[in-house]
Amino acid sequence: MTSADNLQAFKRDGRIVVVGASLAGLRAAETLRDEGFAGSLTMIGDELGEPYDRPPLSKQVLTGWVPAGGTKLPRRREIDAEWLLGVPAGGLDLATNHVRLADGREVPFDRVLISTGVRARPWFVESEAALDGVFVVRTREHAEGLQRALAAGPSRVLVIGAGFTGSEIASICRERDIPVTVAELAPAPLVGALGAMIGEVAADMQRAHGVDLRCGVKVTRLEGDAQGRLRRAHFDDGTTIDADVAVVALGGIRNTEWLRGSGLAAGVWGIACDTGCRALDLNGLITDDIFVAGDVARCPNPIYEYRLISLEHWANAVEQAEVAAHNMVSGQADRWPHLTIPVFWSIQFGVNIKSVGVPTFADEVVVTQGSVPDRRFVAAYGYRGRVTAAVSFNSAKWLDHYRQLIETAAPFPPPCPTPDQPADSKPAPVDFPGPALLAQGATVVVTGHDPSERRVTAAYQHR
Amino acid sequence: MRVVVDLSRCQGYAQCAFLAPDVFRMHGEEALMYDPNADDDRRDQVLRAAAACPVQAILVDRLEKRDAPAEASPS
Repeated sequence: MTSADNLQAFKRDGRIVVVGASLAGLRAAETLRDEGFAGSLTMIGDELGEPYDRPPLSKQVLTGWVPAGGTKLPRRREIDAEWLLGVPAGGLDLATNHVRLADGREVPFDRVLISTGVRARPWFVESEAALDGVFVVRTREHAEGLQRALAAGPSRVLVIGAGFTGSEIASICRERDIPVTVAELAPAPLVGALGAMIGEVAADMQRAHGVDLRCGVKVTRLEGDAQGRLRRAHFDDGTTIDADVAVVALGGIRNTEWLRGSGLAAGVWGIACDTGCRALDLNGLITDDIFVAGDVARCPNPIYEYRLISLEHWANAVEQAEVAAHNMVSGQADRWPHLTIPVFWSIQFGVNIKSVGVPTFADEVVVTQGSVPDRRFVAAYGYRGRVTAAVSFNSAKWLDHYRQLIETAAPFPPPCPTPDQPADSKPAPVDFPGPALLAQGATVVVTGHDPSERRVTAAYQHR
Repeated sequence: MRVVVDLSRCQGYAQCAFLAPDVFRMHGEEALMYDPNADDDRRDQVLRAAAACPVQAILVDRLEKRDAPAEASPS
């Protein structure tokens, strides 16, 4: 049999298992059927119930507008799958091609897609995390519990961590007129993702909306009363605040523990894969039948010097799922690379914040259009003279323009594209608190529009 | 009915908020909030909103018959 015959036989009779039945898993399953896969499809998920959308949990659900159970994802088509829900996967055996479930069952596969995502990082002291009033927000059960606690009218909410989720929750507390304190170890909110300049803007925005923002402090202890209810939080500067709700928003942990001993390159950073979403084994060799998509994937990005980057972005989950699914049922010559420029959004304090590119891959930042005091502007990020990212505040229509600048490795700083020239448009150091992703300069640019056409070609540096 | 908006595509044109104001709302100048669990009575409005979206960011459930795991079925 030729490989084309093999592929046809696989599309007709093959067995595909998807581990992780959330956004990426569902979109991959739909794409597999769209691409003509008629074999058996099994969806494994640790949560009960249908796949649901998570972004509304920290927005619409916490405002009380939408119930937590009301964010089930729309179905684009029938997927005719067997669903194994409510039990997490416990292991992957690459010698015999089986997924082992935590309850001991074994599921055989010809090809598997891993999309197990991330879970919320819990508060580090277990007894304090268990106090009544201490929440994380990742699942709909979490969101439901927190929404009930907010509806009960707490005297004060403490948000620990001022990343995107923490900032969105602080925003909702203010919308609901609940006093809120935000504690952040970094010098400003959002600073780890977007740098010091945007961090200052975010800090001003929070304070202007009445958030008690405390930066450069660490929460050392959550104190409960005799009934096990949260009452007080202690900071490392010796101060305390009284709060009856605390939201731990310290990011996520990638669900890769179940792959220990599998021989895959899986760890705290995610599961390494190539741009075709094929997993790497521990030696860095590409596997043929193991694919990865979504928050748990750690994928090289040619535009950012092939660095392995994992992104917890909604669009990234969708795009990787579609590329992975296509490649699972395609021959080598027809496979697609995942070459999308990352995009991200957040809604907080009535402002639409969006980014394109990888803002941490930068050494300079400049406001290129609009007005920072009006919270309506775009800032471009550059590394060694080329544009690598952009962030917009209430100026989303412009991001496609900046995406093109990134894809063509345009010189930094870029000219202002509108008559809306900002008052101060001098580049400033980007100033990330942690170890920034650094690089030498552009080596590639993206060509083509359709997934089937998108490729990179080598490019010269601008300086 | 189920609705999801790809907010990384959404550019705040607000056509949906005019056509189906019970389901789509502007939050501030350009941020969109929507009800992902919209009432079935609103289907026509929502379909019109999805068709009118200049960046085609609105996805509406296409399934007539539910191809879904029963809620709370452990296996």
